[in-house]
Amino acid sequence: MAIIELTPQGLYCPAGDFHIDPWRPVPRAVITHGHADHARPGNGLYFAEASGAPILRHRLGADIQLQPLAYGESLSLGRARISLHPAGHILGSAQVRVEVDGEVWVATGDFKRDSDPTCTAFEPVACDTLITEATFALPIYRWPSMDSVAADIFHWWQHNAAQGRASVLFCYALGKAQRVLAALRAHTDQRVLLHGAVVPLTEIYRDAGIAMLPTLPALDFEGDRKGKQRYAGELVIAPPGANGTAWMKRFGDCGTGFCSGWMLLRGNHRRRGYDRGFVMSDHADWPSLLSTIEECGATRVLATHGRSDTLVRYLRERGQSAAELQTEFDDAGIDDASDREATG
Amino acid sequence: MRDFADLFVSLDTTTSTNTKVAALRRYLEKADAADAAWAIYIASGRRAKRLAGRPLLKAALRRVTQYPEWMIDDAYATVGDFAETASLLMAEFRQPGGSLQHSLSHWMESEILPLADLDDEARIRRITDWWRSLPQLHCFLVTKLITGGLRVGVSQTLVARAVAEHADLPRDVITHRMMGAWQPSPAWYESLLDPDISADLSARPYPFYLASPLEQDVEELGAVDDWLVEWKWDGIRAQLVKRKGEIALWSRGEELITQRFPEITAAAAQLEDCVLDGEILAWKDRVLPFSELQKRIGRKTVGKKLLADVPTRFLAYDCLERDGEDCRQAPLSRRRQMLEALLAAADTAELGASPTLDARDWDSLAEQRSESRTRGVEGLMLKRRDGAYLTGRKRGAWWKWKVDPLSIDAVMIYARAGSGRRATLFTDYTFAVWDERDGEQVLVPVAKAYSGLTDREINALNKWIRANTLERFGPVRSVAAEQVFELAFEGINESSRHKSGIALRFPRIARWREDIGPDDADTLAQVKRLLTLYAQD
Repeated sequence: MAIIELTPQGLYCPAGDFHIDPWRPVPRAVITHGHADHARPGNGLYFAEASGAPILRHRLGADIQLQPLAYGESLSLGRARISLHPAGHILGSAQVRVEVDGEVWVATGDFKRDSDPTCTAFEPVACDTLITEATFALPIYRWPSMDSVAADIFHWWQHNAAQGRASVLFCYALGKAQRVLAALRAHTDQRVLLHGAVVPLTEIYRDAGIAMLPTLPALDFEGDRKGKQRYAGELVIAPPGANGTAWMKRFGDCGTGFCSGWMLLRGNHRRRGYDRGFVMSDHADWPSLLSTIEECGATRVLATHGRSDTLVRYLRERGQSAAELQTEFDDAGIDDASDREATG
Repeated sequence: MRDFADLFVSLDTTTSTNTKVAALRRYLEKADAADAAWAIYIASGRRAKRLAGRPLLKAALRRVTQYPEWMIDDAYATVGDFAETASLLMAEFRQPGGSLQHSLSHWMESEILPLADLDDEARIRRITDWWRSLPQLHCFLVTKLITGGLRVGVSQTLVARAVAEHADLPRDVITHRMMGAWQPSPAWYESLLDPDISADLSARPYPFYLASPLEQDVEELGAVDDWLVEWKWDGIRAQLVKRKGEIALWSRGEELITQRFPEITAAAAQLEDCVLDGEILAWKDRVLPFSELQKRIGRKTVGKKLLADVPTRFLAYDCLERDGEDCRQAPLSRRRQMLEALLAAADTAELGASPTLDARDWDSLAEQRSESRTRGVEGLMLKRRDGAYLTGRKRGAWWKWKVDPLSIDAVMIYARAGSGRRATLFTDYTFAVWDERDGEQVLVPVAKAYSGLTDREINALNKWIRANTLERFGPVRSVAAEQVFELAFEGINESSRHKSGIALRFPRIARWREDIGPDDADTLAQVKRLLTLYAQD
C-alpha cells in the first residue's frame, strides 16, 4: 500500500492521517517550505521546520496553530513516524521522511544541491520511495556556481554605477532575494535598497542570524541628488511583479536584471525585456536530480512539477521504477513569475 | 573571434539602441577590414549558405551525448534554438580551456565555409571537434554561423547607423551601399567606407520609402488636391534599376529577382536609364489575386507554362533616378511627370503607370475606396504631391488607407510554442469553424495566426492553454474547444490544398471574444459565403 497517495487535497499519508503541502484545507498539514504554492492558509494544524516557522506566521497569520520541528527530530502521527530534513531550497525548507512499518518514503519538496549561505544544505535521506520535484528535469539545465553568478551581478552593478545608472535586480521576494544579498558579501559591504515586498522577509532572515548586505527600504532612501539621478549607482532588489509598474519610474534610465534558473535560456530574458538574466536557481538542476535519486537509494521514484514526464521516461529507460504524480504545485512556467513569488 | 563574441554579448544584453550602436562602433574601431566586413554581414541579418541542416546537427549531438533522440527533441522544443540546445547539452562533454583562437574572418572563410566541401561524416567530425573544445558561448556562436544565420537583435538600419557614425558618412549613403548582394571582403568594406560618395555606380536600388497606415481621420490631411491618390496594390514591391543599359529588379527584401520575372526585365530593355519604384502584379486583363502571384515567387527560373498561366506586369508609381541623376528630392508631382514620360517612350504592356484617381473631395474618394475589394486592391495610397522620396518608414508623406479587413469568429483548437525568444510561450494558434460532416458538427481548421494579442493576453491565454491541454504533440498542444477569437484577414480564396477548401490571406487575431462561447463561432458555410462576396478570382 502506498504510504503517501494523491488525494484531491494533495499528498496524503493514510497511516498518519496528515497531508504534505495540501492545496485545500485539511486538519493536519506538514509544510515543506513557505512559498505560496506549498504553504496555503486554512489548515487546522501546521507542522514545519523551526527556522521556517516565522515565514509561515508572516505569510499565513500569527494565529495559525503551528508545531515546529527541528531538522532530524521525529514525531509519531498515527502509525507513521515523520521527521524533517534539510532541502537546501530556502530558509527552513525541508524534505519529509515518513516511515510506516519499516518502509520509508521521502518527499523532497522543492530542493537544490547548490551552495546557499541562507539555509542548511540538502542532506540525502535513504528511502524506498522518493517523491522528487522535477522543475528543471532536462539535461540542458546545469547551474553555474553561485559565486560566479554573484560576481557577474556585482560587476553588472558596478558597470551601471560607472554610467550613473541604478541597477534593478528582480528576484523572488522569499529566498532568492536573501540569497543574493548573502552571496554579494563576497564582493562588497555596500548597502542595497529593497522594494517593500522584500523588506519583511529579509528581516525574518536577519532575525534568524543570516549574514547579508545591509539594506534599506527604497522608499526611505533620501540620497544626495535630485530627480532621476537620485538612485544612480544604487542596487535595488524587487520582486518580478514590480517590473513595468509605476514604481519603476523613479529610477529613470536604469539597468534591469532577473535572477532565476529560467534565465539560462536566452529566449527567456530577451522576451521579457530584461537587460540581463542571471542564472541562479533554488531548484535542483539535472545532474543534482540524478545524483540525489542515486544517493537516496530509492527503488521507486515519483516525480512532480515541471518536467516530471522527461525525468520519468529517462529513469524508466534506464530500468528504474518511476511514475508521475500530478500535483497542483505551480507548473513553474516563467510566464507566471510576475504573479507569484514562488519557485525559479 | 573573441571580439565578435564580446560584441554579440553586448548586443544581446541591452535593449537600448544607443548602447547597441556604441557596441558596434567599438567593434568596428578595433576590427580589421576582413572581420569588419563579416561582422556587418552577420549583424545585418545576412546569411551565409546553410552548411549543416538540423538532421546532421542532431546526429552529431546524439553521437557525442548519447542522449535518446526524444530527449534531444524535448530539449530543442524547450530552448527553441538548435545551436543553443547543442551548446547547453554539450556542457558535460566539453574539454575545459578551449576558446576561439582565430579571427572572425578566419573562422568564416577557413573553418566554417569549407564545411561545404566535406561529406556528412567529415562534417560531423569537424563540428563535434569544435563543440568539444569551445566554451558554451563560443560553441553557440559557431553553431549559429554553421546553420546560416545569427540574429543579434539589431536591424539593418541600426547597423548602417553605426557604420555611418564610424565612417563619418551620411547614413543613407551607407544604407544604399549595404543594399543588394555583396560578399564580405576587405575590398568591399573599404568601398563601404569610401569617402567619395559621388562614385556610387552599381545596380543597387535605393532604400524603399514605406507608407504608414492612416490612423487619423482622412480629412485631417487637408486639401484633397495636395494628394496624389492611387490604388493600393497587393503584389511584390520592387525597384526596376536600369543603369548604363544593365537591368536589375530588386524586391523590397533586397533580393535580386531579375531572373524570376523575365517578361518585365525584357520589357525594360525599351526604357532609357532610370530607377522606377512600383509593384509586380500577376495580370490577365486585370490584376489576379496574390495567391496566383505566389506561384511565381520562389521560382528562380520560370517555365513556359507558368509564364503563360500567370503573366506578370510592373506597375510603376515613382521615378527615383533618370539618366543617372538621383531625383528623389524632386517633388512627387515632378517625378510623376518624368515617370509618365519614361513609360510613354518605352511603350510596352508589361510596364505601366499605376493609375491615379480623380477626386473632388474626400467623400468621393471614400466612395471609390469602397470598390477596392471588387477591384482586387487593398485600398488607397495617398501621397503628398510636393513630397520628396524619403527613406524607410517616415510618417507624413505616404499613407496607406486600407479597406477594413474581413473577419470571422473561430475557435482555437491547437496552440504551438513559438521559436527563438518565444520558445517558452504558446504564440501560434490554429483556429477552426463548424461544419457538418456525416451528420455531426465538427470543427474544421481554417487559419493559423500568431499575432494580434497583447502580451497580457498572451500570458493569460498561455495559462489557460496549460490548464486545458488535451494532447501534446512535441511543441504542439491540442486544447479544449472553448476559446473564440475574431480573426481579421485581407482576402479569401478557394484552395484545394486546405481541408476546409478555403485559404485566408494574412489572418490575424482582431480580438479575444471572451463574450461568446464556441457554439457562437461561425460555420464553414458562413465563411464560404464571403468567398462568393469577395473572392478575387
